[in-house]
Amino acid sequence: MKILVSIKRVADPDNASKLKVSADGTAVTSEGLEWKMNPFDDWSLEAALRLTENAAEKNARVGEVVLVSIGPNDEHTQRIIREGLAKGAERGILVEADDGNLDAGVVSSILKAIVDKESPDLVVMGKQAADGDSNVAGTSLAEKLGWPVINSAMKIMTADDGKTLEVQRELDTGVATVKVTGPAVLTTSDRILHPESVQNGVTPDGHQYAKLEVGGRYASLKGIMQAKKKPIDQMSIGDLGVDTAKVLNYTKFELPPARSGETTFVEDAADLVDKLHNTAKVI
Amino acid sequence: MANVLVVAELLEGKARKTTLCAVTAAKQIAEGTGGSFDILSIGEGAGAAADELAGYGAGKVLKAEIAGGYTCEKYAATVAEAGKGYDVLVACASAYGKDLLPRAAAKLDAGVASDISAVNVGGGKLSYTRPMYAGNVSGTVEILSDKHVVTVRQSEFDAAEASGGASPAEDIAVQSDPAADKVEFLGVEVVKSERPDLGDADVVVSGGRALKSADNFTNIIEPLVDALGAAMGASRAACDAGYVSPELQVGQTGKVVAPKLYIAIGISGAIQHLAGMKGSKTIVAINKDKEAPIAQVADYFLVADLFDAVPALTDAVKKL
Repeated sequence: MKILVSIKRVADPDNASKLKVSADGTAVTSEGLEWKMNPFDDWSLEAALRLTENAAEKNARVGEVVLVSIGPNDEHTQRIIREGLAKGAERGILVEADDGNLDAGVVSSILKAIVDKESPDLVVMGKQAADGDSNVAGTSLAEKLGWPVINSAMKIMTADDGKTLEVQRELDTGVATVKVTGPAVLTTSDRILHPESVQNGVTPDGHQYAKLEVGGRYASLKGIMQAKKKPIDQMSIGDLGVDTAKVLNYTKFELPPARSGETTFVEDAADLVDKLHNTAKVI
Repeated sequence: MANVLVVAELLEGKARKTTLCAVTAAKQIAEGTGGSFDILSIGEGAGAAADELAGYGAGKVLKAEIAGGYTCEKYAATVAEAGKGYDVLVACASAYGKDLLPRAAAKLDAGVASDISAVNVGGGKLSYTRPMYAGNVSGTVEILSDKHVVTVRQSEFDAAEASGGASPAEDIAVQSDPAADKVEFLGVEVVKSERPDLGDADVVVSGGRALKSADNFTNIIEPLVDALGAAMGASRAACDAGYVSPELQVGQTGKVVAPKLYIAIGISGAIQHLAGMKGSKTIVAINKDKEAPIAQVADYFLVADLFDAVPALTDAVKKL
């Protein structure tokens, strides 16, 4: 099974409250914040690695994961691709682009061009990027390819190397189960890090992955060493012949107003109920 | 002048309240630009839902009956075909809207503004405001394509009230899509609850990792939830640990809520959680650690062991 995983570098999402906006309001500045792999992509990478390995045997890869990142060709983007390679992905692709020239439509067109070149069985990607929070690119890619998309996948099971997959996806009102015939695009939910979220027909049934709470697996020291030798193809949007006309134009960014008022520390439950009832008048 | 089509969200043959939030946004766009709006009732039970949706002042209600479970591949071609006659397509940014609308948008070569918090109509020009970076930045975006596709944040648009009258209904043809044959719907487990919907409850009580077990949610959190007539929510950590089911998650990747009262119990307040609740009118934190990040947004903070404080709070609420 060959899987394409897109990974975006984003300003450290855990410190997003430190973001600033330029004086003229036309740009978000992340000065002082570290660039990180979009956590949603990190989770998708974890799912893709599980789909392409025999977890009961050490380092037993049984498929291929190709990473693609679209962004500036700088040390940060390269570091994030190396991080994914160190976790176990086989190859990387860096499509050089200025963030300001991208929107979900352009991104999905670029990814389509990469899919056309690489012919993966699956694309597994974050359902959103932690910066734009749009939830659009994966579905848009699937439509451009004429492929099905399963958004917010929380459990992925295949017994035939990804040709068909049974997938549970999260809804607002519960969980739906679908059977999808590949090739397909999957985006993943928070629950994809569960020890039993992926069954690939190779890793023995009942194998329990380590419990992951924050993100995907850590790279091993050996993985980090090996990643240095793995190839990263570099290309431009022009090389791919993609239409680069954006349809989203951000005209202004603002920091939302801070919540007003101080925090009132209450004595006990009775004091809290009194304040909520008589002062805030919300109960 | 922008003519708007609202894509309804049906659950078991009825329009979810999310649909009515989309209607509110559609009205703002239509009224602000001198246009009008229609509603597309699509899915299983679209006919009956169309009758219900006829009372909200739409020019007409389009009906597309599609049997069997929902997949975006089964619906998107019909939505896109119907959308050809409109300038703006609107749905709620629920899991459904975020799944379906981008697919229809791609068929129409339309840009998508997702999860918007406001519609701006200035000088006849439409733009949309949307939270980004887990709600830490607010962006204003114009869509340059001929058609706009917009999903709206439920907590920022009040549900439209029925206005009386009866919009005429019109059946439309269901369009086929080869991609739909690639996805077989096997089933859905709908979580039923007698409690108010998390998305539009006046009071939300959420629990976090500090609850330590599903039983503690049942025994500690639920009595308070019910004493307040509240909806129950949870942090990602509590959902991940399996204490409660995933659809209760509040945060950047779960539901975004803005109730009159939000009570966060044993929740430290990671930035991803704050993204889902910091628009609440009054925020209460109950936590052992008074330095927890939840303090940044809390109006009232009870520094206490939740296992003592919450049952006492439940008792005190019952005495009101």
